[in-house]
Amino acid sequence: MTTAGNAAAAGHQVAVEPGGPAAGFPGMPLAIEVRGLRKRYGTLVVLDGLDLSVPQGEIVALLGPNGAGKTTTVEILEGYRGSDGGEIRVLGLDPVRDRAALHARVGLMLQQGGITPQGRPRELVRLHARFYADPANPDELLELLGLAHAANRRYKLLSGGEKQRLSLALALVGRPELLVLDEPTAGMDPAAKATVRSLIAELRSAGRTILLTTHELADVERLADRVVVMDRGRVVAAGTPAELVAGSGPLLRFRLAASDGASVAIDSSELGALGAALGGTLAPDGAPGRHRLAGRAPDPRSIAYLADWCEQRGLLLAELQTSGGTLEERFLELIAEARPGDETRSAARDRGADAAVAGRGSEAITGTSAE
Amino acid sequence: MAPDVLRRGDGRPSSPVARIASALEMELRLTSRRLENLFVTLVLPVVLLLFFGSVPVLPAAATAAPGARPIDAVLPAILATAIVAAGLVNLGISTGFERSYGVLKRLGGSPLTRGQLLVAKIGTIVVVEAVQAVLLVGLAVAVFGWLPGPGWDPLVVVVAVALGTGAFSALGLLLAGTLRAEATMALTNALFLLALLLGGLLVPAHQLPGVLGALASLVPSAALADSLRIGLGTSTGDAVGPLLLLGAWAAGATILTARTFRWE
Repeated sequence: MTTAGNAAAAGHQVAVEPGGPAAGFPGMPLAIEVRGLRKRYGTLVVLDGLDLSVPQGEIVALLGPNGAGKTTTVEILEGYRGSDGGEIRVLGLDPVRDRAALHARVGLMLQQGGITPQGRPRELVRLHARFYADPANPDELLELLGLAHAANRRYKLLSGGEKQRLSLALALVGRPELLVLDEPTAGMDPAAKATVRSLIAELRSAGRTILLTTHELADVERLADRVVVMDRGRVVAAGTPAELVAGSGPLLRFRLAASDGASVAIDSSELGALGAALGGTLAPDGAPGRHRLAGRAPDPRSIAYLADWCEQRGLLLAELQTSGGTLEERFLELIAEARPGDETRSAARDRGADAAVAGRGSEAITGTSAE
Repeated sequence: MAPDVLRRGDGRPSSPVARIASALEMELRLTSRRLENLFVTLVLPVVLLLFFGSVPVLPAAATAAPGARPIDAVLPAILATAIVAAGLVNLGISTGFERSYGVLKRLGGSPLTRGQLLVAKIGTIVVVEAVQAVLLVGLAVAVFGWLPGPGWDPLVVVVAVALGTGAFSALGLLLAGTLRAEATMALTNALFLLALLLGGLLVPAHQLPGVLGALASLVPSAALADSLRIGLGTSTGDAVGPLLLLGAWAAGATILTARTFRWE
């Protein structure tokens, strides 16, 4: 069984056998260690043998679609829920049995803010600071999170982004060694997201360990040392963001157009022959005129053949992409692969195509890994 | 100059006393801002005291000992009403909404333990009741020249207040911990009204007709009002019966609440 850690060390593509990754990080002390975690609500299986390792001092992003089990995982790690099986260690302790000992060492930001509408940011942060022996300075924390202007406003009058930042302030005020943040940038405007992301990055530089759940690919690209992609209660893939993107492999995508610029779809009778000539399987890819070659990496000969083929038919090769996809595309691919025969597969391809067409394909994920 | 928040803390909670004090301060600040709480715990009892103290319509006033004035019957009834308002209505509704907003859940992940939060909530009720007592007794003395009756017994008063607070706070938490916040609000208000009219608060249970009187004599509001009437010297009698009944309600509601309370 290849582990994500070994794969990372060897610079390989990441291992994606479900249940396989995240098994061990030799020599790295772990802040969170989860093996074979199971949880069901009645007959609904929410966690189905989840493995998760969060090395000390790193930011790990737990990424997955709605209902993947992210929040349940966070709540089990926090001791809110028991599990139905598996081993869990948080800072070396059992989250249920040693709950009291963990509370002062773990900062928690829940998805639902959990703040009374009549409360005001400054008093809430000050009163929470008094739960800890060695808390942060409340006023400085409010300043840092851009809440100083709203410090005496009632919670119910704060904007969505301000509410989220207050929730983060309450998670940070005890200066915990481990932070567990459930969708920390949800509902924030771009400026607030940038503030929060840079603070999270600084906390990491200062040696804190952070586990965050998110749907936001930008959070992952800009912050995470490692990503754990989960779906339906299992790990689908794990590794650095760069490793995950590399896992999608090369691909060939193109759009054909007539001389007047209108998109042209390849006739279904020709699709098979052209695909075979290019060495793979060709299929429509979302919007009209877009196609995608599966099963074969593009090479100079296949590109030349395709250009020739277009010339013979008087068609323009309006768009051509041969690079790897973005993290978003890879994420959708992974989820689709984890759900064979599911509707989301074609939806994933459509959305991936849109991302590429919008020019995000080339941005990929440069400069966003570990550093 | 790295911000102070970036420096890792020592990972220890503050002392339990410091945590309870902080939670108590928060509870008091929030209580003082909830206008509906202030209305039901302070304004309503004051209005009822002034009205029934001035207008002798309560049968309790008419049948009190010779020479007694309306206020002698009204003050114990309104003090009991205030305790029901502070425990059942105020604590029940505010805790119900805290549960629905996820406040209890979030605090459950902080160094404040559930026991400490409960102590802070009880402390808040005690402070609210102290304010109620000063207001109501002060008005009774200043406006109506009230003085305790000849056979008054401070011990009975203290025990009645303590058991009544326990019983109605536990009942408020029982609803808050099992029902939706909106249902808790509706039900506590309905029970409060029932207690006022048919639960032996304004009209002593033995003066209610037939089966209503028999039922009313079993509920905690009647037991609380009866013990306060005896304790303050309005009526004569043995306080042990109503105090035992009140204690049984307090114990039963506390056990049931501890077993059923859901924090989220």
